[in-house]
Amino acid sequence: MMKAHTTDTSNIEFSMLERSKTKKTATKKLKCSVGSRIFDVFNVILISFMMLCVLLPLIHVVAASFSDPVKYAAHEGLLIFPEGFSTKAYEAVARNKNIITGYMNTIFIVVFGTTLSMILTIIAGYVLSRRNVGLNRFFTILLVFSMYFDGGMIPFYLVVKGVGLNNSIWSLIIPTAVNTYNLVIMRTAMSSVPESLIESAQMDGAKHWTILWKIMVPLVKPTIAVLVLFYAVSNWNSWFNAMLFIRDRAGYPLQLVLREILIQNDMSMMTAGAGGDEFMLSETIQYATIVVATLPILAIYPFIQRYFVKGVMIGAVKG
Amino acid sequence: MNKVVKAVTDGRGTITYRIKLDLKRNWQLYLMILPIIMYYLIFKYGPMFGLSIAFMDYKPARGILGSHFVGFKHFENFFTNYYFFRLLKNTLKISFCLLITFPCPIILALLLNELKSAAFSKVAQTITYIPHFISTVVVCGLVITLTSSSGGITSILHILFGIEKKSLLNTAGNFLPVYVFTELWQTLGWNSIIYLSALTGIDQQLYDAAKVDGAGRFQRMLHVTLPGLTPTIVIMFILKIGKIFNVGYERVMLLYNPAIYETSDVINTYVYRMGLISGKYSYSAAVGLFNCVVSFALVMLTNKISNKVNGSGLW
Repeated sequence: MMKAHTTDTSNIEFSMLERSKTKKTATKKLKCSVGSRIFDVFNVILISFMMLCVLLPLIHVVAASFSDPVKYAAHEGLLIFPEGFSTKAYEAVARNKNIITGYMNTIFIVVFGTTLSMILTIIAGYVLSRRNVGLNRFFTILLVFSMYFDGGMIPFYLVVKGVGLNNSIWSLIIPTAVNTYNLVIMRTAMSSVPESLIESAQMDGAKHWTILWKIMVPLVKPTIAVLVLFYAVSNWNSWFNAMLFIRDRAGYPLQLVLREILIQNDMSMMTAGAGGDEFMLSETIQYATIVVATLPILAIYPFIQRYFVKGVMIGAVKG
Repeated sequence: MNKVVKAVTDGRGTITYRIKLDLKRNWQLYLMILPIIMYYLIFKYGPMFGLSIAFMDYKPARGILGSHFVGFKHFENFFTNYYFFRLLKNTLKISFCLLITFPCPIILALLLNELKSAAFSKVAQTITYIPHFISTVVVCGLVITLTSSSGGITSILHILFGIEKKSLLNTAGNFLPVYVFTELWQTLGWNSIIYLSALTGIDQQLYDAAKVDGAGRFQRMLHVTLPGLTPTIVIMFILKIGKIFNVGYERVMLLYNPAIYETSDVINTYVYRMGLISGKYSYSAAVGLFNCVVSFALVMLTNKISNKVNGSGLW
């Protein structure tokens, strides 16, 4: 059908060749302004609506966190501006030592976890991107198979426990150190570096270790930046493994503390010293907690957004 | 020339020679990758080996080797379990609803692509990506708060549709829509990036040619843009199929509560409760193994079908 259509129109186009160019564009514009204009307007409205859907709950969170707890309780629907003004909720959050230790633990995990992940991913990516390495095919199959078939939660739990990492902060770093998907991205980036660069360095007597850190790494910096962000965000967000492995409250990462406050509604730590309107306060405390826990990421987000987008695009290249 | 070839092939093409040569040339590389291979063997293949407890009565004190072999007992128990069909039904229902939302990011990418103003498009992208950067725990906490009896969403729905003012997530029937909207809210914008990037890869000449042939805006979208996106769509679809049995159980676990297990309990959350709360390691490993095998088979199948139909797949 499509074919018939195109030949038809091209014939018409042919017969109309004598028409002047300006006239042609004029008619085209006219054609656009009928159905197309309506679509454009509709499109802008639809996308604006979606933006509102994303933003309204977030605005509500910020507004509610600064609201007066008593006035907030009487309110219905989503807020755009705070109802009254109070920083009681934030004072309560500041009293909660768990949030501070949670932050500390999470920062530790993000910094050391991401560093370890990157070192391993860079090394493995380099080796796998080399040609003429006999076992590379075997390694690749070994790695990729684990992407599609995994042992599942219980055996994983038993292995981590068996290795002796249970209840240690390292259980949140080592068992998830390498992400195969990220490793494939790294390998793809490194195999696109011209082989001649590596060969000439080898000719000069450089060992692989030196070539990797002195030549390869500077050349794939953009990919490294992207993967650092990927690992950092997944470390920041992860809570499930912490729930499996961490028993002591002092070892809880931030997300697990948040789970207690937001999901399990456990705010005894914070409302204890607040006096009478404990119940009223609890909801605004939850909002204040969300703000405190999300603000750092959202504050740097606009500056790193383009790296993330680039990362998804790198990942899209089939490798 | 012939001499050289002979010299190379003369007894030197043997496997032992090649291995020796390979080791001599690449031992540094092998040494470098050794820790990573160790990592994979321990933390990825270790659990696979550990799946053998699904066929045993595993007792932590006895270890894997000391436990009794019981064959398919745990599998039989699971398949004849009262909860089996409920779990299967919930898992498939949630996955199916998520599959329905699969075209949403594609549509969003197309709409963003059609925006006339580049600045507006940029703002729209920045805003729709935001939820991806909010952690799942926070998003689910926010959803629970907003859908509680006094929550903002509940009262809006109360005003609009006159629903009862009680926590949405305490009614079994509400779990599915709440879950799907939560997932959509958090992932829609972000998932559209991959299609947007694929859109930029479509040859501009195709559009020009279509234009010359008189194709209107919608025809260009239908006959140029969509075919250009097909490979990406296929890959994303296969990956999605592979996750059918692994529905984002982290999100389920955060959103559900015992009152609505009837509609919200999925295989993985059941594995968690049986294995780690009740300590039935072997039984829940058997359930997990069932899950893994079915997922793996589904990926294989979809990939095969897509290779046949489309000529392209994951591999």
